[in-house]
Amino acid sequence: MLDGWPPPILDPAGPYASGIALLGWVLFAMGGLVVLVVLAALYVALFGKGELQRKLGGTRLIWIAGIAFPLIVLTALLVWGLALTRNLSDPIRGDELRIRVTGEMWWWRVAYLDGRGEPVIHDANELHIPAGQPVVLELDSADVIHSFWVPRLSGKLDMIPGRRNLMRIQADQPGVYGGQCAEYCGGPHALMGLTVAAHAPADFRRLIRARLARERTSAVATNAGQGGRLFASAGCAACHRIAGTSANGLAGPDLTFVGNRRTLGAGILPNNRGTMMGWIGNSQAIKPNNRMPPYTVLSGEELTALAAYLEAQK
Amino acid sequence: MPLASAERGKAAIVRVGCASCHTIAGIDWPRGRTGPELDGFAGRGLIAGRLPNRPEILAAYVRDAPALVPGSAMPAMPVSESEARDIVAFLYQTGSR
Repeated sequence: MLDGWPPPILDPAGPYASGIALLGWVLFAMGGLVVLVVLAALYVALFGKGELQRKLGGTRLIWIAGIAFPLIVLTALLVWGLALTRNLSDPIRGDELRIRVTGEMWWWRVAYLDGRGEPVIHDANELHIPAGQPVVLELDSADVIHSFWVPRLSGKLDMIPGRRNLMRIQADQPGVYGGQCAEYCGGPHALMGLTVAAHAPADFRRLIRARLARERTSAVATNAGQGGRLFASAGCAACHRIAGTSANGLAGPDLTFVGNRRTLGAGILPNNRGTMMGWIGNSQAIKPNNRMPPYTVLSGEELTALAAYLEAQK
Repeated sequence: MPLASAERGKAAIVRVGCASCHTIAGIDWPRGRTGPELDGFAGRGLIAGRLPNRPEILAAYVRDAPALVPGSAMPAMPVSESEARDIVAFLYQTGSR
């Protein structure tokens, strides 16, 4: 299976997910306990001795087990649960790394923001974050309601058209964490995944510096080889952007760094020469009704050249 | 083929994404259509329309198709020799359907 996808949901890897996971386990245990008590009472009511049955039928038990017990336990649980997950609503300091993630049918547009909130690095379907510190996500939607969910790093938060929701994630250790759209958004919703790669802070700074430099490179030789020419002539560039080239389409995922991406098709396929060719050749067979048409007009040689060109985009 | 395992072969197929291009019996998703269907490979006459369908040849083809059939659109795949043998075991096991 792909690294981290589908993501395990009860294996927290940071402070925002751990409270939620613990709360989930405690609720599950309490629920289980109550079920056992109710089953025991039911057994006594049906098959128990007369003395026990009389006690069970009295109004006293209703006052204690039916009203006082749930009132106290649920109130305590509410207070404890809110305290436990308080860090989810801590005020945002403003000096955290900010990444804007926009839900699209059926992928994720990603932009790293500078100190003024301007997007400076464009990517898709993969987030890179520094480990051990909170990262603020601006969650937008371009079309319908999606929900951003990387279970090991935080809870779910809806992405709502016309509204910007803020969310914090944190991974304590470097690693790859899978995510999944958690709000049905039509067609291939179930195949709308993403990956979050957490790096040691020094590695992260190096990666961002390299990407900033790449984004600022103008006049990258577009027609370097058959693949680059095909990218421009076969129509790819109408929907996809590659920084510094004439490819500036914005309808589909940015491909400036696609050669570095761990996955293709929004978190669902490994990224290698073969899957790249299969995706370009007929992505509809892989992710039905996604918005990229099948390119069955290309020859094997052309597909190979295109895939090689895209592999080189890093 | 000693020690090849169809089960490990299936895991390798899923890991590298063979099904992005090939519809393969026993792999529910994806069911790619860029390359030929691989259902019932045991009964297939030729590999890529050229090579005799023998396990050791198929294993070599799975790893590095262009080396055996120059011009093949199928790229070399990131699998080890033993994984390639496992994949062949899986492809042969699925029979005709």
